[in-house]
Amino acid sequence: MESLTLSDVEQKYYSELFVYCDTDNTKKVASNGRVLDLFRAAQLPSEVVLQITELCGATRLGHFGRSQFYIALKLIAIAQSGLPLRVESLNSVKDLPLPRFVVGKNEAEARHAALYQDADSQGLYPAPGTALIPRPPGRGHQNKKGPPSSTSLPAHEVIQPLAPSIEAQPEPTSPVISPHQSPPTSPHSWRKHKRQHSGGNADRQQVVAAAGAVWTQFREPQTGPVTGDGMWSSHSPPPPLPPSQESWVSFTADTPPSSTLPAMHPSSVQESTTIRTVASAATTNEIQRQSSGYDDPWKITDEQRQYYINQFKTIQPDLTGLIPGSAAKEFFTKSKLPILELSHIWELSDFDKDGALTLDEFCAAFHLVVARKNGYDLPEKLPESLMPKLIDLDDSAEVPEPAAEVGYSASPVEVTPNKSPSMPSLNQAWPEMNQSNEDTAIVHPVPIRMTPSKIHMQEMELKRTGSDHNHPTSPLLAKPPELSEETKLPPSMKFVAANTVGDGYSSSDSFTSDQEPITRQRSQSGASPEALKVVAPPPPPPRPQQSHSRSSSLDMNRTFAAPAAPGQPQPSAIAFPPAVPPRPLPTQSSVPLTGHRVEAEGVPAGGAVLTTTSPQQIPQQPNFADFSQFQAFAASEQPSSLPDIDKHSEAGQADKISEGAGPLRAVKSDGPADERTSATVNSAKGSSGPLAPPPKPVRRRLKSEDELRPEDEQIGPQKAGAIAAPLTSQPSIPRSIGKDKKAIQASIRRNKETNTVLARLNSELQQQLKDLLEERISLEVQLEQLRPFSHL
Amino acid sequence: MFHICLLMFSPQNYPLYIRSVPSQNELKFHYTVHTSLDVVEEKVSAVGKSLADQRELYLGLLYPTEDYKVYGYVTNSKVKFVIVVDSSNTSLRDNEIRSMFRKLHNSFTDVMCNPFYNPGDPIQSKAFNGIVSGMMVQTG
Repeated sequence: MESLTLSDVEQKYYSELFVYCDTDNTKKVASNGRVLDLFRAAQLPSEVVLQITELCGATRLGHFGRSQFYIALKLIAIAQSGLPLRVESLNSVKDLPLPRFVVGKNEAEARHAALYQDADSQGLYPAPGTALIPRPPGRGHQNKKGPPSSTSLPAHEVIQPLAPSIEAQPEPTSPVISPHQSPPTSPHSWRKHKRQHSGGNADRQQVVAAAGAVWTQFREPQTGPVTGDGMWSSHSPPPPLPPSQESWVSFTADTPPSSTLPAMHPSSVQESTTIRTVASAATTNEIQRQSSGYDDPWKITDEQRQYYINQFKTIQPDLTGLIPGSAAKEFFTKSKLPILELSHIWELSDFDKDGALTLDEFCAAFHLVVARKNGYDLPEKLPESLMPKLIDLDDSAEVPEPAAEVGYSASPVEVTPNKSPSMPSLNQAWPEMNQSNEDTAIVHPVPIRMTPSKIHMQEMELKRTGSDHNHPTSPLLAKPPELSEETKLPPSMKFVAANTVGDGYSSSDSFTSDQEPITRQRSQSGASPEALKVVAPPPPPPRPQQSHSRSSSLDMNRTFAAPAAPGQPQPSAIAFPPAVPPRPLPTQSSVPLTGHRVEAEGVPAGGAVLTTTSPQQIPQQPNFADFSQFQAFAASEQPSSLPDIDKHSEAGQADKISEGAGPLRAVKSDGPADERTSATVNSAKGSSGPLAPPPKPVRRRLKSEDELRPEDEQIGPQKAGAIAAPLTSQPSIPRSIGKDKKAIQASIRRNKETNTVLARLNSELQQQLKDLLEERISLEVQLEQLRPFSHL
Repeated sequence: MFHICLLMFSPQNYPLYIRSVPSQNELKFHYTVHTSLDVVEEKVSAVGKSLADQRELYLGLLYPTEDYKVYGYVTNSKVKFVIVVDSSNTSLRDNEIRSMFRKLHNSFTDVMCNPFYNPGDPIQSKAFNGIVSGMMVQTG
């Protein structure tokens, strides 16, 4: 062997290495794993390594004796510094930096640093700056790190035998590549490395294990940034550049990344190591790498990601598209990994288990393949950094994004079902309701505020205005649009309980449409009694158009002015509250007459937006009945007024009810009560009148009963109001009769419509019905008391 | 300790996956399962429309020393799952068995989604193994 003169530093370094490699402690190192690993860590082309081996005589001897080993190390250093391998150069080269071996351990670095601090500080430290500079782009990262790096960096640098030239030299074989580096880097390292693996996986494994051990001891030659100390130990795999480098190359027919990847690798490695040691303000990736510790190796660098993206494009030009399983299978089979491992990789990367790969999934799979080829063992579960949650291609590790996205997706869902009583929620719910009428409406009778808030009122107003035009039916509607609307409002409010109702009502005539918004509101409110009651103030807002919300009384006065007899004062004075709110307010004095109407009003809870017509019709009918009675009798003012009064009272009741009740219940209760009262009144009237009338009242009763339900569901008050309105507006009895027919027809139509709606609200109505019945009873009692007055 | 064994059979009735918790009695489990296959076939052929035979309970297979309950499950593609549990594991309710089968089916579906898996191959997926182990530990 040629004589070899080593500097002290070299001597120390080499001896350490030798000791490390001399696992058998036989003072001669065979070509065992550690040596191979070491040589691989030097990141020299395999040819160079062979050459070195040959030069140092190990080939001749068959093993590495101490001298051979030292020679080899020196040759490595020479090779790393870019000098031609010559035996002569062994001793001639001056100031030869120590051979660099990529190690992925900060600890090692630290040790190195410590080791070299005193020894070679001068020589080494200058390196940091310079060392960084010559680095290839990957190194650039290092550069960045360099400045902020603390002493560890210098140590880091120290680890790398520092001459800038050397640094520049192994550009392709950047020492940086530490085995622990994230796999992405490994490809880089591979490329650079060009290391022929002497063995195959076996060697790799060996090396891996050896490397692991080496690192702990191997402080000095640590050159590259050690990505993760922990990584190394935990990640048994891979020697920085497993032999599969070639396979990597072959794997990808187009191996563009080769140059880039390696470059990236070292840089990333450096970065990570630096970060760890320095904890500098590294990029998030770096920080993540550092923090995620174990995940560091799985971080995809930007270059790698770009490469993956390019690969993705070759299979699937659309970056937002999917790669089918078969195509992916072919692609990854090219990597020559065992099917079992590919299968495992697939399982890890196909996050959504759809048999296809999105861009993120593909990148993760590719990354895992690269890692595996580099010798890294596949993780049991997908590392966080590889989770396909990243949409942003720029950032390879944005964990928050997916979370945010998930959050966003979840929020709308939450919003939908949550129909809070507040207006905003109502407003929100409206569009939602529109979209999913069926579902939301029926499912939740969310206790939404019954009171139509101003906004709703406005909406209702708008709708009503629109619907008014639409509503072709009955003259009644045309007639007291105000009243009807008003009445509608209350009833609609009542009916809001059922969203579906509201929705369903839209198809109804204008009144119903008007009521829709209201009913929607109601439905939202779930028609809960409490909610209803809360609404208390009947739907004044809707009415505004009508020109009298609560001032419906004025209208009433107007409308009923003619017939308006004195009898109206009380209840009728109230005028028809727009949508007569559901029964609620017994206080409203269910003036019995309006029983019918009231009931209708009360029913609204059912949501029936049922057309105002129906409620109107119902009351109308009774009214008509009354009128007919009176007509037959040519009743005097009184009789006629009675009906009027009835109407008025009903209307009034309706109004009152609507006013007082925004809640359906109220209306309902009033409704039934009113109905009864009206029935009684009618009956009374009937009795007073000719025979003809009696049947009518009876009819009416029946009808009212029948209609009560729908009315209850629908807008009772509205109907009442509507009916009353037309009735009142037409003082003449004959007209009322004519209208009777029309009203009946219209009511029939409406009833049918409402029936359909009612069917949906059945359950709610049942409940409301119960409440109404109770109120009805109370109202009846009151009616009894008030009867004498009403008969006036 | 509860014994529990899971086997999966392909439509051609050759095993795709075999796993049992106490590995010693595997042979016995295998025997039990294979005999149960006949019954499974019978049921599968008998039931024309409902392909997903959620479970079948074999209390009949009682061994002198141990009783086993054999549950069967057939997927739409005639892949059969068989779970054998010993009767000492009385805590295992029918619903639990059903949920186990459901989980197995889902995991199996995920395995099938893997393009690298050829239907008919023995299942070597780590994820699948993990799920099965988890299930067995849970019930065991």
